[in-house]
Amino acid sequence: MAGEDKIKQELTERFGYLKDAVTIQRERRIIVESPAANFAEVFDYLVNKMGFSGLSAITGMDEVTGFAVIYHLTREGSIVLNLRIRVPRENPSIKTVTQYFPAADAYERELADLLGIKIDGLTINHHYPLPDGWPEGQYPLRKDWHNSASGEQKD
Amino acid sequence: MHDSHNAGDVQVPIGPQHPSLKEPESFLLTLRGEKITSVDVILGYNHRGIEKACEERTYVQDLYLIERICGICSHSHSTAFVQAVEEIAGLDIPKRAKYIRTLVAELERVHSHLLWLGVAGHEVGFDTLLMYTWRDREIVMDLLATLTGNRVNYGINTIGGVRRDVTPEQAEEALKAMEKLEESTNYFIELASKEITLIKRLSGVGVVSNEDAVKLGAVGPTGRASGIQRDVRRDDPYAAYGELDFDVIVDNHNDVYGRTLVRVKELKESFKMIRQILKNMPDGPIAVKAPRKIPAGEAVSRYEAPRGEDMHYVRANGTDKPDRVKVRPPTLANIQVVAHMLKDRYLADMPIVIAAIDPCFSCTDRMISINNLDTKKKETVIWNKIRLMGIEHYKKQGIDFTELNKKFFMV
Repeated sequence: MAGEDKIKQELTERFGYLKDAVTIQRERRIIVESPAANFAEVFDYLVNKMGFSGLSAITGMDEVTGFAVIYHLTREGSIVLNLRIRVPRENPSIKTVTQYFPAADAYERELADLLGIKIDGLTINHHYPLPDGWPEGQYPLRKDWHNSASGEQKD
Repeated sequence: MHDSHNAGDVQVPIGPQHPSLKEPESFLLTLRGEKITSVDVILGYNHRGIEKACEERTYVQDLYLIERICGICSHSHSTAFVQAVEEIAGLDIPKRAKYIRTLVAELERVHSHLLWLGVAGHEVGFDTLLMYTWRDREIVMDLLATLTGNRVNYGINTIGGVRRDVTPEQAEEALKAMEKLEESTNYFIELASKEITLIKRLSGVGVVSNEDAVKLGAVGPTGRASGIQRDVRRDDPYAAYGELDFDVIVDNHNDVYGRTLVRVKELKESFKMIRQILKNMPDGPIAVKAPRKIPAGEAVSRYEAPRGEDMHYVRANGTDKPDRVKVRPPTLANIQVVAHMLKDRYLADMPIVIAAIDPCFSCTDRMISINNLDTKKKETVIWNKIRLMGIEHYKKQGIDFTELNKKFFMV
């Protein structure tokens, strides 16, 4: 796993705060936990200097104590580096990465619609993927949101 | 996904929920005369809240739910999901199970690409191509039904392996089917390489340069037709692909013609792989026992679906239900590319350009609308009307499939 080891080494050497934050899960799978405040520089370095030219998706999830956002970056379509940041539940917001990946528009809008995370730098004109007319303040992917049709109480 | 409009532009809405659209899609095209100056893509009509539903169901229930995200890529989604769960659980899947998964995967690719070829023919007015390809596709559908019990939504996967074995008789039947299909496909390749009308119609349409394709993140045959050297089967091997010998088909035409060539040649690679699988199928069990509760962990699973990279992320929390399931189907990655392809092109090209990315809107749930700015009116135009308009437009330029349809019908 020479490639994966090299990536870990380069990242931890360049960014001291990532010293214990890079895990090689298996071949072609790396996880990096970055402080949200350092996201911009880590992301930029990965994409512009380390060859992570692919973004497969952005996964947002409600971890109850806050939200996690994972950027699934790929290098040569082979090594997947999952860059995770965490943002607080109150006024959650992330910076857009559409300047690097125009396709991220769809992934970021999912975070906005389904989790209520604000996307700094992205203009959102209408809902996606939720339908027009979806009520304000209802974020279905949050853990405390339940579908009333399934008989559970909607918060 | 939003471009600015100028005065004098015409916007024509197409969709949503129109009876002639196969799947709900809303394309907002801004027209100046016959040229599309900008494209707005509004998606979401097929959104069914599957990711949320997964959190409220067990892994086994989710396996069946996820398979039904799409009828054509059902095995893709099912396998991508189950691989992620198996990785988290640390399960060692028997080799035979991996081979059977790969067999179904390649058969799915064959039926999907043949379906696409027929749809492409239909969109340009070459309806006998639709008849031929869908006739041959029945060979694969019958084979899949024999092997799995169903034509789509195979239910072949279980957490830990597969649910049905392949008998020697079924293997024999499959090999015979490959012979027939190879013969047909050689004919389709010849058609695609030599039939001038088809080449003219598909060339220079839906153009995306390699640079733009990379920037926009095009995946699958759409990306490979613009020179992108990417295929998850080779780059991030899963199931049995690490042991198979196959070529990744890359083309440099950058247009719909290129996307056609890539898909027909991929069919040949699939036959090659299927033969290897049947010849080298390892003995042994077809599944290992899986725990009901999956230990805390997470995994990213990637799969080369017929349309391109399908990515699943699963997070487990030690219970029998996942904490998070994220699905990024290939068409979602390619929809941005379509907007780019349509810009500064003719309305007449819209049906084939969109069809050429082989869009699966069930996977993606996307829509595009068109508004008419010249008359300052919003018009809902039926997809079929634009398809017929496109066929007429090209007839006037001497590209006419009437004779070809007649000629091939006689064969």
